[in-house]
Amino acid sequence: MTTTLDQLRPGQSGQIARVEGCDGISCRLREMGFVPGEVVRFLTAAPLGDPLNCIIQGSRVALRGREARRISLVSPVPVDSSVAIATGMPQGLGEKRPAVDPIPV
Amino acid sequence: MNPHSRRVVLVGNPNTGKSTLFGVLSGLNVRTANYPGVTIEKKVGRLADPELAIELVDLPGTYSLSPRSPDELVAVEVLTGELPGEPDADLILCVVNATLLRRNLFLVSQLMELGKPIVIALNMIDAANSRGLKIDVQRLSENLGVPVFAVSASKRQGIDELRAGVVAALHDPPPVAIGKPLPAKFYEFSDDFSGRLASLAAGGSGGVATKMPSRYVIERALLDRGGEAERQIDRQLRIDAGDLVESTRQQIETEIGPLSELECDARYAWAKQKTDGVLGAASDSGHRATEWLDAILIHRVWGMAIFIGLMFLIFQCIYAWSGIPMDAITGTQDYLTSLVEGAMQPGTLRSLVTDGMIAGVGSVLIFLPQIAMLFLFLAILEDCGYMARAAFLVDRIMSLFGLSGKSFLPLMSSFACAVPGVMATRVIENRRDRFATILVAPFMSCSARLPVYLLLIAAFVPSVSYLGGFVSLSGLVLMAMYFVGVLVAIPTAWLLKKTLLRGEAAPFVLELPEYKVPAIGIVFSRVWEACKAFVIRAGTMIFAASIVIWASAYWPGDHTRRLELQRLIESESAEASEDQVAMWETELRVESAKLLESSILGRIGHAIEPAVRPLGWDWKIGVGAVASFPAREVIIATLGTIYSLGGDVDEESEGLMSALQDAKWPDGRPVYNLAVALSIMVFFALCAQCVSTLLVIRRETNSWRWPIFSFVYMTGLAYLGALVTYQVTIRLIS
Repeated sequence: MTTTLDQLRPGQSGQIARVEGCDGISCRLREMGFVPGEVVRFLTAAPLGDPLNCIIQGSRVALRGREARRISLVSPVPVDSSVAIATGMPQGLGEKRPAVDPIPV
Repeated sequence: MNPHSRRVVLVGNPNTGKSTLFGVLSGLNVRTANYPGVTIEKKVGRLADPELAIELVDLPGTYSLSPRSPDELVAVEVLTGELPGEPDADLILCVVNATLLRRNLFLVSQLMELGKPIVIALNMIDAANSRGLKIDVQRLSENLGVPVFAVSASKRQGIDELRAGVVAALHDPPPVAIGKPLPAKFYEFSDDFSGRLASLAAGGSGGVATKMPSRYVIERALLDRGGEAERQIDRQLRIDAGDLVESTRQQIETEIGPLSELECDARYAWAKQKTDGVLGAASDSGHRATEWLDAILIHRVWGMAIFIGLMFLIFQCIYAWSGIPMDAITGTQDYLTSLVEGAMQPGTLRSLVTDGMIAGVGSVLIFLPQIAMLFLFLAILEDCGYMARAAFLVDRIMSLFGLSGKSFLPLMSSFACAVPGVMATRVIENRRDRFATILVAPFMSCSARLPVYLLLIAAFVPSVSYLGGFVSLSGLVLMAMYFVGVLVAIPTAWLLKKTLLRGEAAPFVLELPEYKVPAIGIVFSRVWEACKAFVIRAGTMIFAASIVIWASAYWPGDHTRRLELQRLIESESAEASEDQVAMWETELRVESAKLLESSILGRIGHAIEPAVRPLGWDWKIGVGAVASFPAREVIIATLGTIYSLGGDVDEESEGLMSALQDAKWPDGRPVYNLAVALSIMVFFALCAQCVSTLLVIRRETNSWRWPIFSFVYMTGLAYLGALVTYQVTIRLIS
């Protein structure tokens, strides 16, 4: 079953399967690091539930639920794998990591 | 042009410390302008070198070189040297954030296709090291085939080496390695496309040779669906290449894969390959301070509370802290006036200097401390990374009336001045969102309105304070005035998005940079620029307006008796009895008031009085408001001149404030009360009294339609708002 970024719970991560669309905004998402294989971690939602704050390739990016729905994930990673991926994947590592492999704490 | 003159163009992602590095490299000697016809800011500085004259050009921060608007295309053309009238770039200096190396290499991979020598400044190396990120700079440089210098612009580390590296690269350009990170097949298609384009152009232009677009623009035309590059090809070659572009794209998609994924996949794969062995295995512990601060500052409850508290604190501080420097300016103004009065006999020239120049310009300059403070707060909040959080916090609210969090910074900047505010809307990609933001930005209470509020609040709002003196009624009223603009802007934006700018909701994607200690240099230069602009405005536009207003309030009229009375009071007051002097002073006031009423300004004022009476205004306020259409601060200068010339400012009064408190209708009732003061403030809060803003709207929207529209609807709303305010308040207080 595939999920999308907006369905993650705070603290949960997931590996990106694909980014829908070929318009300007999907290109912007890709330029900012949302590309297949990367692990994205959902941090928190804004006080009124939208937008969402997440970490991709080490940088914090805020995006609305509408845009987050375009980012489909292979499968979510459990919540408790927190500290090591606090700022996303260590750079240069973790690419194409199988999603089922729990990330070490 | 100097044969030894060289041009270095600075590019980089947003949040890479590029502005700090630009400041460190070029010092304070920076010129800012716009590229003709577009809204890209052109910042040019100089890189000191004994032999070469090196010009350093700063381009706005960007994630990629995929032009989606004419503005972004200009950035590409500055780099490729295709922009008419702009010298070709000799070197590209790319700033890369060391903590986000791989993502930043996306832009580097595009830069390497431009065929120019590149030097990379690996900035924030201290931040990367302190969190355990190990970067092999030597290896990175070898992998990329480009000189790489690790620097920390904020700590001034590695700057000399970088400067020497740039100079060395200019003397002896490193070999240009044109990167081709995309699949080889793509370049075959692109070359073939280029050839077809050339023959199509040769046929289309009837044999007249036209300059072909650069290789990079041709590739972009294929890669960016709906981008600016394909439009540029049509423009430049005067052909319609649409069909050819689309058929080539379809061939690429069948043979290689979907265009939308092709480029990103290839570039990130390239970045991964180039960082192979460069990044140490040590894990990135992240930026702890950012995590910790974000836990509070964007917290569900605390985040919002802190946001509101912070905004409140800013307005309180502006009001409370600027008293001391303001008193000093008033003191200087009074001293200058007495100096002139001591040195000159009463006469037309002395009146021009004291009533026109000193009273006019001085009453505007007095607000410099507040403006400096407002810009100081804005610059600190932006540079430390809080502004992006503010956009994050308010995005949901802004989306309710059709805008996004990205409109927050332009609107917040408009509290300082709508001109940079309107220019800051360039970060909004969506045209409809951008226009809606431009149209409501002038409602934000800019620093030019601040003098009007401060003067009227100080004069007519009772000085009551709460919570042991920490919160004052004056501060609350000031904040309320700022809210008036916001309260009107909200339904206006909503209406605009429902009518003239109707369309689908625009996306919101925004990087939240790591928190950092604000760079003093950047904050200082922001405040300095703002103050300089304000003083120049006061010295030119306001100065000229002051003289025009003085002249129209002085003539026509026979000033003989008035000058005689002034001379009598000044020279003989020692011998004359007190009663005699008092009589002269009364006569002087009556005479001055008579002269003012018969002057050009007085006649205009009386002509428009019926229109402003329902607002509770007298003709003097009406004239002030009319005279302020070029720039709203003029009202203060106008009132200063009117009351000074009209004889309402005597020796005992402390300038304009007490003149307003003492102003009377012919029947003896005071002109000003709380209702009148509020009505004036609401009018100034909503009216489009700023030529600079209207001109910048014209430039940014590229049409006269929008500035005219702005002017008409804002002025209409201002009149209505002032009318309602006066009529309601007068009934409440009586």
